[in-house]
Amino acid sequence: MSGACDSIRFVLDGRVVEARDAAPTTTLLQYLRETLGRTGTKEGCAEGDCGACTVILGELDGERIAYRPVNSCIRFLPTVDGKSVITVESLRGPDGSLHPVQRAMLDYHASQCGFCTPGFVMSLFGLYLDAPRPRRAEVIGALSGNLCRCTGYRPIIDAGCCMADYPEPLAWSRRDAQSGERRALLDSLRRGAALALATEPGYHAPMSLDELARLYEAAPHSLLLAGGTDVGLWVTKQLRELPPLIYLGEVAELKRVREADGIIGIGAAVALTDAFAAIVARYPMLAELAERFGSPPIRNSGTLCGNLANGSPIGDVMPVLIALGASVLLRRGGATREMALDEFYAGYRKTALAPGELVAEARIPVPRPGRLVASYKVGKRFDQDISAVCGGYAIELRGGTIASARIAYGGMAAVPQRARRTEAALAGRPWSEATMASAAEALALDFRPITDMRAGNGYRLQVAGNLLRRFYLEHRDPEAPSRIGVFARTAA
Amino acid sequence: MNIATDAPAAAVSGSELAHESAPLHVSGEALYVDDVPLPSGTLHAALALSRIAHGRIRTMDLRAVRAAPGVVAVATVADVPGENNYGPVLKDDPIFTDDLVQYAGQPMFAVAATSHHAARRAAALAQIEYEPLPAILNVRSALAAGSFVLPSQSLRRGDPRAMLPRARHRLRGSLTIGGQDHFYLEGQIAAALPQENGAMLVLSSTQHPTEVQHLVAHALGRRAHDVTVRCRRMGGGFGGKESQPALFACAAAILAAKTGRPVKLRADRDDDMLATGKRHDFVADYEVGFEADGRITALVMMLASRCGYSADLSGPVNDRALTHADNAYFLEHVEIVSHRCKTHTVSNTAFRGFGGPQGMMAIEAVIDDIARRLERDPLDVRRANFYGVTERNVTHYGMTIEDNILHRIADRLEASSRYRERRREIEEHNATGPVVRRGIAFTPVKFGISFNAPQFNQAGALVHVYTDGSVLLNHGGTEMGQGLYTKVAQVVADELGVPLAAVRVSAADTSKVPNTSATAASSGSDLNGKAAQAAARTIRERLTAYACDKYRLAPEAVRFEGGRVVLGDAVTEFATLAREAYMARIQLSATGYYRTPKIHFDRATFTGRPFFYFAYGAAVSEVAVDTLTGESRVTRVDILHDVGRSLNQALDRGQVEGGFLQGAGWLTSEELWWNENGELKTHSPSTYKIPTAYDWPAEAHVELLENSPNREDTVFRSKAVGEPPLMLAISVFHAIRDALAGCGKTGTAPALSAPATPESILRAIAGLRSAGTAGPDSAGGGA
Repeated sequence: MSGACDSIRFVLDGRVVEARDAAPTTTLLQYLRETLGRTGTKEGCAEGDCGACTVILGELDGERIAYRPVNSCIRFLPTVDGKSVITVESLRGPDGSLHPVQRAMLDYHASQCGFCTPGFVMSLFGLYLDAPRPRRAEVIGALSGNLCRCTGYRPIIDAGCCMADYPEPLAWSRRDAQSGERRALLDSLRRGAALALATEPGYHAPMSLDELARLYEAAPHSLLLAGGTDVGLWVTKQLRELPPLIYLGEVAELKRVREADGIIGIGAAVALTDAFAAIVARYPMLAELAERFGSPPIRNSGTLCGNLANGSPIGDVMPVLIALGASVLLRRGGATREMALDEFYAGYRKTALAPGELVAEARIPVPRPGRLVASYKVGKRFDQDISAVCGGYAIELRGGTIASARIAYGGMAAVPQRARRTEAALAGRPWSEATMASAAEALALDFRPITDMRAGNGYRLQVAGNLLRRFYLEHRDPEAPSRIGVFARTAA
Repeated sequence: MNIATDAPAAAVSGSELAHESAPLHVSGEALYVDDVPLPSGTLHAALALSRIAHGRIRTMDLRAVRAAPGVVAVATVADVPGENNYGPVLKDDPIFTDDLVQYAGQPMFAVAATSHHAARRAAALAQIEYEPLPAILNVRSALAAGSFVLPSQSLRRGDPRAMLPRARHRLRGSLTIGGQDHFYLEGQIAAALPQENGAMLVLSSTQHPTEVQHLVAHALGRRAHDVTVRCRRMGGGFGGKESQPALFACAAAILAAKTGRPVKLRADRDDDMLATGKRHDFVADYEVGFEADGRITALVMMLASRCGYSADLSGPVNDRALTHADNAYFLEHVEIVSHRCKTHTVSNTAFRGFGGPQGMMAIEAVIDDIARRLERDPLDVRRANFYGVTERNVTHYGMTIEDNILHRIADRLEASSRYRERRREIEEHNATGPVVRRGIAFTPVKFGISFNAPQFNQAGALVHVYTDGSVLLNHGGTEMGQGLYTKVAQVVADELGVPLAAVRVSAADTSKVPNTSATAASSGSDLNGKAAQAAARTIRERLTAYACDKYRLAPEAVRFEGGRVVLGDAVTEFATLAREAYMARIQLSATGYYRTPKIHFDRATFTGRPFFYFAYGAAVSEVAVDTLTGESRVTRVDILHDVGRSLNQALDRGQVEGGFLQGAGWLTSEELWWNENGELKTHSPSTYKIPTAYDWPAEAHVELLENSPNREDTVFRSKAVGEPPLMLAISVFHAIRDALAGCGKTGTAPALSAPATPESILRAIAGLRSAGTAGPDSAGGGA
């Protein structure tokens, strides 16, 4: 370890910025605005829900630089070490000209009050680098983490659809983004040893799994930090003082997605974007869930394993992973153990993790023939909402009979939980609407949901049952739209 | 009067010019209050908010707050040098609570510290013991308890109670209409900078700099001339920065005065949503009598709103609900009573539409109920009740409608949207009993333009021409994104015949243009455009007089256009003439003033002409509704909206589209939810859901009505556009009702409450399907 005088280094506008004495819980947004005086990036909510703070992070990924939007308001500064940060101020060309994304926003009258605009510009810029000619649905998807209260979004969507029509800019064209110079600069920031900061509350970014496991076992009171999309709020919203931080994002072994022995393995540092890509490749019916989980900046920061380990009762990946029979690989010091996900949750935000133990990998079984799978999320808003109810379903049919059923719900109990009585009411019964209806009645035995701001208990129970019916209808007649998302897409 | 030709030719006005700040917006260079560099030593403040809805503070121990790292000062009610009030009308809004807490989220004290984070952490450390008191938390409880912030107001025309029994049909109904958080992307913020000799400069994100000036002066025990309030731009306002910014400005100024250091108070999003007022939620109960064609013959209606703990702007908000409970419909015999309920919740305030939307929601529910009862197309019932052009054209508050263009709008939109064919297609689709049902609705908008209180309908402006021909414009209006500064600059550019680039707009500043009205009631361009035009005209006339004198020309021979001045047969640059005029000692600076003509209102009888004119529009929305989950989605919208002769079509279209989606959010996904203790639990974007890009309809046809100059003499015959389009979204709510209507037995209207969340929709479906249970809509008896 390099000791107390270590500093955070990142690339900004072609230069290396060195942050020496910032507290590890300083957010990237705070640092940009307060220390560097770059006030183009805005704070709208300080919880990653409005997108006014969106910036792009660039990171070496093999031969390329991967550029992704993130929410700077909940991103701790040390986690951008070794990366490139692009803000709205970065985009003007050397002659002062606006970038095509900015030009399109201007030409399509896509700003009114302008406060959200830098965030939209950066989300669109991320898409500009990614997709040479984005479709309308891709534009809308890329903007799902950005709120605008003035425009109604129409001109912003139009700007996104047309930004590719503008002449290539001098700076930050797709080619320039991958220039050798930019790569060399990032390459120069590669570390030989882990970043360690002594400023309160302390920060370590181990580079190997062994080092991580050793550190955490030795200091089990530390807080593991991956994407920080929840931990960030502990600071910005709950104003908590955090224990020393151990960052997972530099551990090479944890950044891997693998498939072997009938298992998709998702490492603890794999961002949700990449985790969902691997899952949806095998389970295409989960594409809508993937799209509706958080927003691109949240999925680019947050990790699947973080979502699992965090143990929120309303995490949207757990129900379907429990239904699929997924497990987690736990590691403590040199020891590992595997645990079924449905045994992992001990109570409200409590898991079976021992002190000093961490989730190293999520293990998801690959599809099995004859097994029908779905996950449905219901909230007040289609995009970027926390679900009132989220259901995961895996039902195996043999002939016209339900051979087995695994069903789990989020939003129905203090933990994401299997509906065991409902499963029992389905097993061995004929695959029919009547079976689903009678099984839905068993849900009241499985769950006693609460009433809160997201929904009432009666609604939750009713919808949980109706989603069973949807599952049946959707598989009986895949052509008939049985949900708004599908309906809207076919109608449009 | 030939209104097509009496307006001067406008070169700049009417063009689709970009927002004056757009290049700064897209590059991140536009400065909002939080972006302005402040002197070193600036302190950061945070408010401490109460945790209970109603009670007495028994003890408040602030030792831990004062001892917290970074804390420099704490201000409580004892530290207010002057008046402890930020209420705009009545003095019933304490900046800091004394010993009485009246809502959960009420500011109790403020902390100034060396950083934003340190101030917030310290504010949370107070030890407070409360003695809880019973709390009234909603409209129905307040009605039952007779708890009001202001006296009830009623309005009657004709004899509805006598006419009701004579009607061919009668029905009773009820509607609950939720509130709405403004969710401006830039939260409330103010920076107070002490100046010499007791003066205070306040940078405030406010729609009403003059009111902030006065309230800060009162709080500091100073006079108005000691306080300067400046606002270059807001990151959104929507009414939420009309009366609410004064709280933040006062608290910052009190701490600045106490410490002698600049203090910035930026509310965290959650604090902002907990502490500041929202759109009033309403209940409407009604009984209506009507004929076989759906024509209303008598209406008795009760409107009650949740005002919260104090009056704020609730008086005028509820008055506007009263004056808009007709929407587009002639109500011959009508009685409406409006109750202004006092509850132990945050004090509700102005929000785009200002009570109008709620009044219109109520009458549209009446119309839809009638249509369902009669099994007629709701559009036919709407049209049967439209105001006439030359008869049936006096509103229930006695104003003759002189500019009715509803029929023209309705004809065109009905055709262009293919409303009738699509209704048939949708009926066929729904007849198959699908999981995803569809619905369609046409709703009109008629919205009165002017502040209800006549005295606010005035404005001032200040225009300087410098000797290089550049122009600096200042006026009392504020820029919150609506494009006011662009429009007013366009008007001034036209008046002086210079390109828009020659005009620089400057921040609203109480030391430049005094005694301003709030930028509100959609009146910004009407008032400030005219005032600035008058100022520019004064300068132009001085220049013309000078040129006539010097070059011996008749005034008609002098024309200002394209940055040049035509002087008979010669042409000179505008800058050259300005320089010459300066040398000849001609004043190149002028103020302008405007007051709206024709308006008057008698509060005692609740009659008069409160509005200079009306803005009109209509929308047809189509929705899909998932009957398993209650989720809904707008699949198509067609809008035809009246902006008079547009000053800037791009900006006006932006207002129409943005207003529509904001209204759709209000009526669908945006739900404010309080728990049984009166704590608002939807106080951040993670729990309060405004529309996202996905929610803009996949198919949208938005048009501004062409060849429709304002009948009244407004600036270039334009019309106000800020608020009216919001109410186009009432069509979304009614399209959802339409989708649900077929779920029950025919002749029954869905009892859908707003917002139409998935839960509200499933509840309405359950109500329709539970046979034998009479919904509120089916209670009335036919004749």
